[in-house]
Formats: sequence, structure tokens, C-alpha cells
Amino acid sequence: MGHHADIDRQVKTYILIFVTLMALTIVTVAISRLHLPVHLAVAIALIVASVKGGLVASYFMHLISERKLIYWVLGFTVAFFFAVLLLPLWTHFDPILN
Amino acid sequence: MEIPYTVAERPDTGLNNGKIGIWLFLASEVMLFGALFASYLMMRIGAAPGTWPRGDSILNVPLATVNTVILISSSVTMVMAWASLKRNDFSKFRLFQGFTVLAGFGFLGIKYVEYSTKFHHGLLPSTNTFLAIYFTLTGLHGLHVIGGMVVNGYLWGPGSRLWKTDPEHFTNRVENSGLFWHFVDLVWIFLFPVLYLL
Amino acid sequence: MATTEVAPAHHEAAHAHAEHPHLGFWRQYVFSTDHKVIGIQYAVTGLVFLFFGFCLVMLMRWQLAYPGRALPWLGWLLGEARMPGGSMLPEFYNELGAMHGTIMVFLGVVPLAVGGFGNFVLPLQIGAPDMAFPKINMASYWSYFLGGVTMLASFFVPGGAAQSGWTSYAPLSIIAGQGQTMWLFGMIFLITSSLLGSINFIVTTLQLRAAGLTFFRLPFFCWAQLVTSFLLLLAFPPLEAAGIMQLMDRLAGSSFFMPTGLVVSGQQVAYTGGGNPLLWQHLFWFLAHPEVYVLILPAFGIVAEVIANNTRKPLFGYKLMVYALWFLGFMSFIVWAHHMFFTGMGTTMAAFFQTTTMIISIPSVVLLSSLLISLWGGSIRFNTPMLFALAFLPMFGIGGLTGLPLGLSAADIPLHDTYYVIGHFHYVVAPGTIFALFAGIYYWFPKATGRKMSERLGRLHFWPSLVFINGIFMPMFIVGMAGVSRRLYDGGASYDFAKDVLHWNVFMSFSAWGLAIAQIPFIINFFRSIKHGEKVGDNPWDATTLEWAAPSPPPHGNFAITPEAHRGPYEYSVPGHPSDFTPQFVSAQQGS
Repeated sequence: MGHHADIDRQVKTYILIFVTLMALTIVTVAISRLHLPVHLAVAIALIVASVKGGLVASYFMHLISERKLIYWVLGFTVAFFFAVLLLPLWTHFDPILN
Repeated sequence: MEIPYTVAERPDTGLNNGKIGIWLFLASEVMLFGALFASYLMMRIGAAPGTWPRGDSILNVPLATVNTVILISSSVTMVMAWASLKRNDFSKFRLFQGFTVLAGFGFLGIKYVEYSTKFHHGLLPSTNTFLAIYFTLTGLHGLHVIGGMVVNGYLWGPGSRLWKTDPEHFTNRVENSGLFWHFVDLVWIFLFPVLYLL
Repeated sequence: MATTEVAPAHHEAAHAHAEHPHLGFWRQYVFSTDHKVIGIQYAVTGLVFLFFGFCLVMLMRWQLAYPGRALPWLGWLLGEARMPGGSMLPEFYNELGAMHGTIMVFLGVVPLAVGGFGNFVLPLQIGAPDMAFPKINMASYWSYFLGGVTMLASFFVPGGAAQSGWTSYAPLSIIAGQGQTMWLFGMIFLITSSLLGSINFIVTTLQLRAAGLTFFRLPFFCWAQLVTSFLLLLAFPPLEAAGIMQLMDRLAGSSFFMPTGLVVSGQQVAYTGGGNPLLWQHLFWFLAHPEVYVLILPAFGIVAEVIANNTRKPLFGYKLMVYALWFLGFMSFIVWAHHMFFTGMGTTMAAFFQTTTMIISIPSVVLLSSLLISLWGGSIRFNTPMLFALAFLPMFGIGGLTGLPLGLSAADIPLHDTYYVIGHFHYVVAPGTIFALFAGIYYWFPKATGRKMSERLGRLHFWPSLVFINGIFMPMFIVGMAGVSRRLYDGGASYDFAKDVLHWNVFMSFSAWGLAIAQIPFIINFFRSIKHGEKVGDNPWDATTLEWAAPSPPPHGNFAITPEAHRGPYEYSVPGHPSDFTPQFVSAQQGS
């Protein structure tokens, strides 16, 4: 499985992703020194982290060329991840006495 | 008795057993760390206004940045280890896999320095909820680093014997172990800014 | 696909007999990787824990029937720390309550329903030689065993076992004694076991189905186990995270769940505070709600198999039932805070959780109705498994219906934390799931042992059990609606408003002790039939699914020749066919 040419192309991609990840790491640390207002800082930090994470997942973990079954499993997982993240939060912000 | 599709891919799913197994495991890990991130949020919004410290006021950002670089690098060497096996280059595999394990030691070493400095200054999980979630999140992550190192070390060492008898099976094992290791890196990619930079 | 899969299996099966090494006693019966041995280990251990958990509650029922009255011989047995002079301490009552719940749910029902039945039946029903990961299977059993040992050992530490309810709410659980720490470690072992098992089940079902066994030819039992495994996989980790945080609070002094300024017995607790007790509740119920579907889905699976087989008809609405399973599984992740209506939740979020809860009752009703309608026009055989499966239907119906007012936030107000709730959930699990599990035991016992259990003893087990179990749980609705709270160690005796319903406590306790006696025929039957039951062949029930193609009991590797599925799972009473069943595994020529 996978010609030598295939793997060579993949290896080139890995190096490129590595450089990108390093750059984004520097970016995220640099931006944090600006002490932006909280909401903006959080948004930017999470966006950068998501891009980095997305690259790791898509290329190092080969998700970009994975099977449908794996996508389905991860899809539901992400949905439930947001459920456990957001529902307690929303409940906290909806107390019975306002 | 042989279990079908341990190495070969089943035609209709297009996958072998181990690949599905590791992704299912990673799905459960997403939920595990997800719950801890949810707890981070609940602790932070529940803190009295102005009492939640900025990460960089208590934590060591330079050290953690080095750790981030170490972990991302080890992710690259991990996937290169697998790619080397696909290219039939066992000695390159050894090199890259070995570096991956060493990077793990480096990561843990820095973590040790971080933790011991905190304890030395009386900064403990009991001190405040920020430190509680910091120690719990990074501690659990650290345990996962150790776990990954154990498996990667096994595959570098005694486990590598399988390369001689069933190279495809061995390559798949390295790939699956790599998936776990990349996940550990992925968690840190989120942990680092959330805890240290915000 | 057919030829490439079957051919190697033929080859391997032929080899299996030849090269199967003789394993010593320990590798064959104790540290086995064979799914059938592991399944039996899970089942037997689960049954032992069910019995133990039942004993705990029988003791509680003495206290509830006769609050404060001494049982001298028990006092001598259990010691002054628990029952001074034979009279139960409230703390000990709380231990019994917390551990009864924990043991029944996590050490009894799920290990039997999923670990026992799932492990034994699933590979056989899909025509596989074993699970996808046999060694991980073994690890999952021993992790469960270690968790069980930890839980049992917790009774013997100073302060006794966990006593903060099976729900371990903070802050009580944080300041509780050592037993609570052991509970947490026990849960970590159990969650690990569950994780390993669920991965195994999912991969096995996806990958090891025999040739011709497409997804919609799978027996409903397999679908039920598959959805259950997904629930376990994704719902348990947040509880594991919460358990770790509770351990941090208890052992490292953190304040994840400790609010600021907490005062206990007039003293400020030594915690910096800033934590949120509700966070524990959210993470606990995030697991515990899907957990109740883990408790019921395997039962639905078993009942479906037994009903199809004993009505000699296909299941009604099989495809719809499968879709209902998945919809139920998905919804189960977003209903959990209906357990938390009283935590100060506003109307928006209460409405959200109420709505999702009402929606989730739909697939439940679809499943129950389909099973009920499956009976219509059937040639019903009233053997023991079928009696239990039939009883399951109205019992689960009562349990499900009584859940509806609990899911409506307004109606929940007078019912929350009363005996009504205890009645509701026991109806679904006890005459619900446990009856289904009995059905499964009587049904698959011949496959596992090569012998049938006695029908006479089976009836002697069934009828008194049905009567007594209703005697325990039906009055709980009355007592609950009268306002008696849960977890009162005197059963409501100190409350004036409860005085007219207190007599029910005695009735319920005698029913519980009667139920215990009703299990004696089962225990005798179970052990006696292993050696002296009526011998049977491969397919004593004239069933259609693949497990009945294997010998009874199946050898290591299960099938001499890997079966192939040629048709759906419930081809009973096919018009024009000479016999009233056509097994999946007979070929078209033979089967037409």
C-alpha cells in the first residue's frame, strides 16, 4: 500500500505542516503578550489552536483521507463534546432567580 | 484461531480492527478531556470577579512554549517513524521512534521542573481553583504522555521483533500508536493557550 | 466478498482443532481469552453481586419495616460500629443504600447484561470465532473484578463504605470517610473495564460479521449491544474526569466541588472554596442518564430474541426498532439535567431538558409497542424464557409511564427525591431488565452448557417472583405521592404526614423477603441443570440466528465451518415452507 512516490509526497507535507505549526506557536505566544481584551484574546487563541489542531488531525493523523465510519464516530463525539461543554454553562447562566 | 481483519482491511468498512479500535479509544479520550475543559470553564466563570489569575502571571510561559515545540516535533518524528516503515527503512524507523520517546522524556523533565517550582513556592492544587484545574489537566495529560512513551518504547524495543515476521502488522501498530501520540499533542495544543496564555 | 472470507476461515477452522494447544487450568478457565469463558465469568460474577446487592437491601428493608428494632444475631455479625445492640445506625443504613445502588448498577446488572450476555452471545450471533481483541477482553473482565474487590473491601475500612448515595453528590462526598475514596478508585477500575469492553464490542460487530450478514440481517440483540457500547464509550469518560476531580478534592484539598464558605457541624471546612457542587452533578448525570439506557437496551435485545423465537413470527417493525435504538442512543446524551430540576435551574433550561426528555420517550414507546405488536397472531410457546420476556413488557411499561411526570419539570416538584422515583426506576430495572436477564439465562443456558434448565423449577421461580416484585415496588408510588422522601433511614416514621402510609413499609419488606425465597428454585435449577438438565443439540429452541449453528456448548473457535447468513434473522413461519422456521445459516437450496 502506498507507492514510494506517495509516501515521499506525504513526507513533504509533514515537513510543511511542522513549519506551519512552529510559526503558529510563535504567533499565539506573541499575541498573548499584547494583553488583548479577554473575549478577543480567547477567540484568537482558540482559533489558532483549532487551526493547529486541525492540521495535526488532518495530516499527521491522516484524517483528511480517512473512511466514512471514522468520520461518523468523530462527528457524534464532537457533538457530545459540545453538549458537555455548553449545557452546564448555559444552565449556570439561567438561574431560577434573575 | 485467527481473528479476521487484524491486518487486512475489511472490504466494506475499508479498515482493519486496530485502526477502528484506536479511533474509538481516542473518541472516549475527547470526552474525557472535554469534561475537564468544561470544568475549567465552570471554575473560571464561577470565580469571584477579578480573582481568576492570568495564566502567565503564575505559570512559566517560556518553559511551556519549549514543551509545545518539543511535543509538536515529536509528533513529526512519530509520523516520520511510520513513514519510514512504509518505505521499508527499519533503521530510520528506529531513529525517528527513538527521538519520539526521548522527546517525551524532555517534555516530562520540563513538567517536573514546573511542578516542583510550584510546590516549592507553596502553589498547590488546594491553593485556588485555577491551580486545581491546572494541575489536574496537565497531570492527566502527563499521565497520557507516559502511557504513550511506554507503548512507543515497547514498539522501539522488544515489540519491533514483529517487523521481521509480519511487517504490515507492525507498521499498523506503529501507526495506531502514532495516532494516540498525535492526540496527546493535540490536547496540549489546546491546553497550552487555555491555561498559560489566557 | 463471500469467497475470500469463508475460504481462509475454513482453512483456519480446520487448523484450529489440530493446533489448539492444551492450556493449563489457569489459562483455560481463569485467565482465558475465549469470549465464552469470559462471558460466563462476567455472568457468574454479576449474579453474585446481584445477590449481594439484594442482601444489602433486604437488611435495609428490616430497618424500614421496623425502624430501630434490634436484630441481635445480625448485630453480633456486623459489629457495634454498624449495628450496636443489633439496632441499625443511620450511617450504616446510608452505607447500605449507597452500596446497594452502586453494586446493582455497576457490579451486577451491566456486567451481566453487557459483559455476560454480550460477550457470550455476540460473536456467536455474528458467526465470528471470538471477539476482535481477545486479550483486551480478558483485561476488561479482570479490571471489573478488581473494581468489585475494591468496592467490597471498602466495607471494612474505618468509617465503612461509601455512604453518600450511589450519586456521590458533593460536598457531602468530599468530606465523607475513607470508604468514599475506595468507591472512587473502584469506579476507575470499572470505567476502565467498560471502556475496553465497549471498544471490543463495536469493532467486533463492525468487522467480524460472517459472510452475508449485512447490517439489516443482524439480530436485534446485536444492534442493542452495539448502541449500548457507544453509550458506554462516550458517556463514561466525563464521570471518570469527575471522579479524578473528586479524588483531587478529597486527597489534594482542591475545591472543584467545594463552595466558598462551607460550614460543617459549626466549623468552616479547610478548603479555599470557589468550587461548584453542581459541576459534579452535571458530570455525574452526563454518564448516569445514558447509563440507564445501558441498563435497558440489552434487555430489549434479549426480549426481542426470545419473543421472535417463541411467537414463531418475525419481529414487528424490526427496521423501525433499529432506527429507534439509534435515535434513543443519541437523545440520551442531552436529557441528563432532568435529574437536576431542583438545582435552581431557570425556566429556559428546564424547558430544554423537559423537551428532550419528552422526545426520548418516543423511541422507547416505539420499541415497547413493536415488541407488543410482535405477539399479535403468533403461535406463542409459554416456556420459561418467554414468561419472563412477556412479563417484561407490562413491567417496563409501568416503569416507563411513571417516568413521564418525573420528566416534566412542574410535575417533578412533588415527586422529586420521593419513593415515587424509587418505584419508577426499580420497575424498569428490576421487573424490567432483571426479568429480561432471567429470560436470557433460561434461553441461552442450553447453548452454553448443552443442557436445558428445568421448566417446572422455572415456573416456580417466575410466578412468585412476579407477584413479590410488584409487591415491593407498586406501593412505592403510593408512599412517594404521600410525600415520603428517599434515603430516610426510618422510612418516614418521624414525619406526621407519612403516618397513614407507613404500614406499606412492612408490606414491601415482606415482599422483598418473599422475592428472595422465590430465587431459591432458580439457584437450584441453575446448578442442578449443569450436570442433570435435559441434554440438547445445537438448536433446542428451533431458532433462526447464527449462534444455533454452533454446537452446544461451542468449542474454542465456535464453528467447525464458519457459517454464512443467507437471509434475515427472523424467518419464522414463512408461507409455503415445510417447517415453521428457516435458520439464517442454511443455504438457499437447503432452506427453500
